[in-house]
Amino acid sequence: MLANPSVIHRKGVGPDAFASKPAPTGCVDLRDIPMSLSPPIREEYEVALEPFTQEDLARDIPLAHRIWQVSWVRKAVILVALAIIWEIAARIQGNDLLLPSFLQTAQAFIDGIATGELPAKVWISLTVLVKGYLIGIVLAFGLTTLAVSTQLGRDLLGTLTAMFNPLPAIALLPLSLLWFGLGENSLIFVLVHSVLWALALNTYAGFLGVSETQRMAGRNYGLKGLRFVWYILIPAALPSILAGLKIGWAFAWRTLIAAELVFGASSGKGGLGWYIFQNRNELYTDKVFAGLAAVIIIGLLVENLLFSNVERLTVKRWGMQR
Amino acid sequence: MNAALQSHTASDRSNAQQANQPTAEALLQVQGVSLEYRTPERVVRATHQVSFEIDPADRFVLLGPSGCGKSTLLKAVAGFIQPSEGQIRLAGQRVKEPGPDRIVVFQEFDQLPPWKTVIQNVMFPLLASRTLKRREAEERARHYLEKVGLSAFADAYPHTLSGGMKARVAIARALAMQPKILLMDEPFAALDALTRRKMQEELLELWEEVRFTLLFVTHSIEEALVVGNRILLLSPHPGRVRAEINSHQYNLKSLGGVEFQASAQRIHRLLFDEGEAPAVEPDLRFQDVRIAY
Repeated sequence: MLANPSVIHRKGVGPDAFASKPAPTGCVDLRDIPMSLSPPIREEYEVALEPFTQEDLARDIPLAHRIWQVSWVRKAVILVALAIIWEIAARIQGNDLLLPSFLQTAQAFIDGIATGELPAKVWISLTVLVKGYLIGIVLAFGLTTLAVSTQLGRDLLGTLTAMFNPLPAIALLPLSLLWFGLGENSLIFVLVHSVLWALALNTYAGFLGVSETQRMAGRNYGLKGLRFVWYILIPAALPSILAGLKIGWAFAWRTLIAAELVFGASSGKGGLGWYIFQNRNELYTDKVFAGLAAVIIIGLLVENLLFSNVERLTVKRWGMQR
Repeated sequence: MNAALQSHTASDRSNAQQANQPTAEALLQVQGVSLEYRTPERVVRATHQVSFEIDPADRFVLLGPSGCGKSTLLKAVAGFIQPSEGQIRLAGQRVKEPGPDRIVVFQEFDQLPPWKTVIQNVMFPLLASRTLKRREAEERARHYLEKVGLSAFADAYPHTLSGGMKARVAIARALAMQPKILLMDEPFAALDALTRRKMQEELLELWEEVRFTLLFVTHSIEEALVVGNRILLLSPHPGRVRAEINSHQYNLKSLGGVEFQASAQRIHRLLFDEGEAPAVEPDLRFQDVRIAY
C-alpha cells in the first residue's frame, strides 16, 4: 500500500470519500445525491477597485461611551453608590453608636487628618509594613532562586510552603512576642511570615511557567545562574510575581492591622489598628469607622495607583496580560 | 529518467564519503552522534550515529519526517543536549554547552522576550553575552534591523508585530551576533504559506549579502530544496542518515520546474522508503506531492 501513496490521497478527496462517510443527522444525506453531480461553472469576473472614499475608515466613539470606558470613572460611580446606600442605611437605623452615617465618618476622618492624629498612626503602620514587606520579598526571591537552581532547594520550598502557607500569620504573634519582645521586631516577624509564602509560591509557579523556548534562548546567549534568573525568569514570570506581590501586600496589611488590634496596646506607640481599638473602647464609633476607612483607602490607593501603574508600564505594555 | 536518478545517487554517495573524511575546512563536524531522551519509563533513541559536515557559508538542511530527531540534532549542535555517543565539533572546538557562537532561531513566536522592544531584542544577546558595549550593540542592531526591513519598528513591542515580522526580528537578532553558525529550527513553520515564501526569499537574499553558515531544520521537501545547498535526509525512529543531496541549483524560481519536481520526488522516495521510483502518474502535479508531508 505504501508503494503508491498518491492512490491513497486520491481516496481521501475523491467523490467516493463522501459516499463512505455517515451523513450527519439533519443534513442532506450526501449519499442521496448522484455521484456524477458536479457544480455548474459560473462566469469569472474582475472588479477594478476605486480608492475607498464612501465612508471614513475610522469612526469616533461617542464621548459618553469613551468616558464610561475609563476605569476610574466606573469605580468612582461604584464608590459613590456605596456611600449613598451607607448614608441611607445609617439614617434609617438612627443609632450613631452602632452605625455612624457616611457624613459623620467623613467628618471624623477629616478631623483626624486635620489634627494629624490619623496620618501619624498611618505612618507608624506603614513603616512597619514596608519593612516587613521588603524583607519578605527578598527572602521569597532567595528561596525561589534556590528552588529553580537545585533539586534540594525545590524540595525545601515545597515543604516549607506546604507547612507554613496555611498557618495564619497572626497565630505566630504570641511566639513572636516571646522571641522578639514587645515592639516593631515581633510585628515585622509576623509580616515576613505573611508575605513570604504567598509570594514564594506565586513566583515559583511563574518561574515554572516560563516557556522552554525562552529558557533555551536565554541559555543560548550564555546566561547562567543569577543572570539567567534576573534577565529571563523574573521578567518572563512577572505577571505571576505581580499577583504574588499583590496577595502578599494584602496579607501583610491584614496581618498588621489584626496584630495591632490585639497586641498593639502593649507595643507602646500603636498604629492604625491601635487607633481603631482605642476608639472602640471609648465608643467613638465614627472614629472607628474613620480608621477602617483609612485602611480601605490605603488599600485602594496601593492597588489603583501603585500596582495598576506597575502593571500598565510592564506586563500590559508587553502584551503579557490583558 | 530512473537510471539517471540512480547514477546521480551513486555519485552523491561517493561525494558524501569524501566529505566525511575529517577535513580542516569543515566548520561543523558531527561525528557518529547518537542522541537519547528520557521518559520516566524508558530511554528513547532519537538519532543513531549521525555524521555530517558543514562548510563555511553552507546552507545545510536537515530534512526528515517527524520523529527523525532532526530538531533534537539541532539542539545538540546548539549545546542543549549532550550526545550519548559521538561528538560535535565547531571550528575544531568540542561543543559542550550552549553558547553565543551558535545562535538558534526557533519556530515559536515567543522566542522574542515580550518585555523588550524590537531593538532591545536584537541587542539582547550582544549585551547578555558581553560581546559589545551598549552603544556599539545598538549600532549593530540598527544595521541588521535595516537589513530585514524593520527599522521603522525598532521601538515596537513584539506582541504588536505580525508572525512574519517576529521571524524577521529573530533572524536579525541571530545575524547581529555574527555567530559562527546560525541554527534554524523550522523557523517558518508557524507562518502562513505566503509569508513563508516571502521569508524564504528574504533569507536567501540575506545569505547572498552576508554569507553566513546556516543549519536549517525543516520537514518540507520544497523548503529544503529552496533554502539549502545541501540536504541531509534522515530516516525516522531512530534518525539515521539516509542520503545527502545537493540542492544548490534550486531557488524559489525553480519551484514547479521539471528537475525540481524530480528531486522532490526522489527525496520523497528516499524518505518514505518506497524502493524503486514509483511509476510517475501522468497527472501527478507538484501539489500532490506536498500533501504527503
